[in-house]
Amino acid sequence: MGRRTPLFELHKELGARIVDFGGWDMPVQYHSQIEEHHAVRRGAGVFDVSHMCVVDLENSGTRALLQRLLANDVAKLKTPGKALYSCMLKEDGGVIDDLIVYYLDDSHYRLVVNAGTRDKDLSWIRRHAADFDVEVTERDELAMLAVQGPQARDKVAGLMSIPNAKLALELAVFTGRQIDAWFVARTGYTGEDGFEIMIPAAEAIHVWQKLNNEGVVSCGLGARDTLRLEAGMNLYGNDMDENTHPLECGLAWTVAFEPATRKFIGRETLDALKAEGSPRKLVGLVLEDRGVLRGHQKVIVPASPPFASGEGEVTSGTFSPTLERSIAFARVPSGTGGKVQVDIRGKLLNARVVKPPFVRNGKSMIEESK
Amino acid sequence: MSNVPADLKYTQSHEWVRGLPDGTVEIGITDHAQHALGDLVFVDVPEAGRKVTVGEACAVVESVKAASDVYSPVAGEVIAGNPDLAGKPETINEDPFGRGWLMRVRPSSTVTGLLSAKEYEAVLAEEGA
Repeated sequence: MGRRTPLFELHKELGARIVDFGGWDMPVQYHSQIEEHHAVRRGAGVFDVSHMCVVDLENSGTRALLQRLLANDVAKLKTPGKALYSCMLKEDGGVIDDLIVYYLDDSHYRLVVNAGTRDKDLSWIRRHAADFDVEVTERDELAMLAVQGPQARDKVAGLMSIPNAKLALELAVFTGRQIDAWFVARTGYTGEDGFEIMIPAAEAIHVWQKLNNEGVVSCGLGARDTLRLEAGMNLYGNDMDENTHPLECGLAWTVAFEPATRKFIGRETLDALKAEGSPRKLVGLVLEDRGVLRGHQKVIVPASPPFASGEGEVTSGTFSPTLERSIAFARVPSGTGGKVQVDIRGKLLNARVVKPPFVRNGKSMIEESK
Repeated sequence: MSNVPADLKYTQSHEWVRGLPDGTVEIGITDHAQHALGDLVFVDVPEAGRKVTVGEACAVVESVKAASDVYSPVAGEVIAGNPDLAGKPETINEDPFGRGWLMRVRPSSTVTGLLSAKEYEAVLAEEGA
């Protein structure tokens, strides 16, 4: 038996199929994964993301610690509540995890890290925190719900008092705030508007049921995966891990190389890679033939002068319910563009290289093939 | 609970077999299998004329989540793959024992070794389905 969130019994009651995810028993789908996916693109869906780990960092050394630990720079966070997406790197540039950090005040930041990496993340953070005046607290008493979709914010606001709803609806994109016992953030992993809310575990079932009653569809990890891939968002363990660095994961934009004086862990390796150019990059693929792209399929890249032919690998692949065709991320030689082929069970199928995201706010971002 | 029609034969790997009056058999995946796979989005069926052996992977069904091989329950020659599935793979979810058939095969010898509906139900019970 894996670890369970405060919503586990409700998921079973709702007919969810439960799978192991990073050591947690989580709902992969309730009825139809495709219908759950469409509910988020067209209305609103709710996901249990309580398996993710909320960590509060407090005291005077917090900011300095984060400027050392994170490849992105928390100095960008100037308004309380503002969030930042970042990788946490090893010295050799390998990605330990990707995370969201919220700036709450000068001596209080909140991290949300992945479930599957929580133990190694916490020990890494604690090890480095020893050199700073920082207190590290896991917030296991909180449940986390992601409510996503064009109607999601209004549905959440509908559960709150009028003044609290106003505070929630005022939140700018990628910011959060404490509203009574709830921490409400305008963030997500679907490419749609919405909130992620951290609430006392004891309230979780009640809040979920009220959202269901308002027409918010229960959604599992299956739909979460197709939504995030359409949205062009990486999944730790698939698209990056400790053996890859951000510049070959499509995450160069999350590395703050300026100011050059900030010595974050992994910087020396990334500076060198940046100077010489990363030999590999992460791209989006759209399959033009019939089939489904999946992780670990081989990508064959034709020669395109001055670049020689080469090979790459699909890191995440699925059927896109919105585009009704298969899409993927693939790590390929840096010169790759145009058309490639993917080896699917011994057949070479044609795919087109595109720049993610594939879908944003319900709309296709991919030009039709000529 | 999965639907297990009494007039069909089954395999441990969740295929069903229906004997047709002309001596050929129709093959598909069970209600339990389609439910376990979830929404199907791609189906690859064998072409007419292909020779298959018992247990040979001869078709592929893919849901949003994963790809699964379908194993031939019989030896023989493929007479037809279901032509309607390429455009509408969800037919298997909607009607696994009917319109969702995968292929028709002319067996090269007497078909043996298949499970009755009762035996297949026992397999499902063992799997906790």
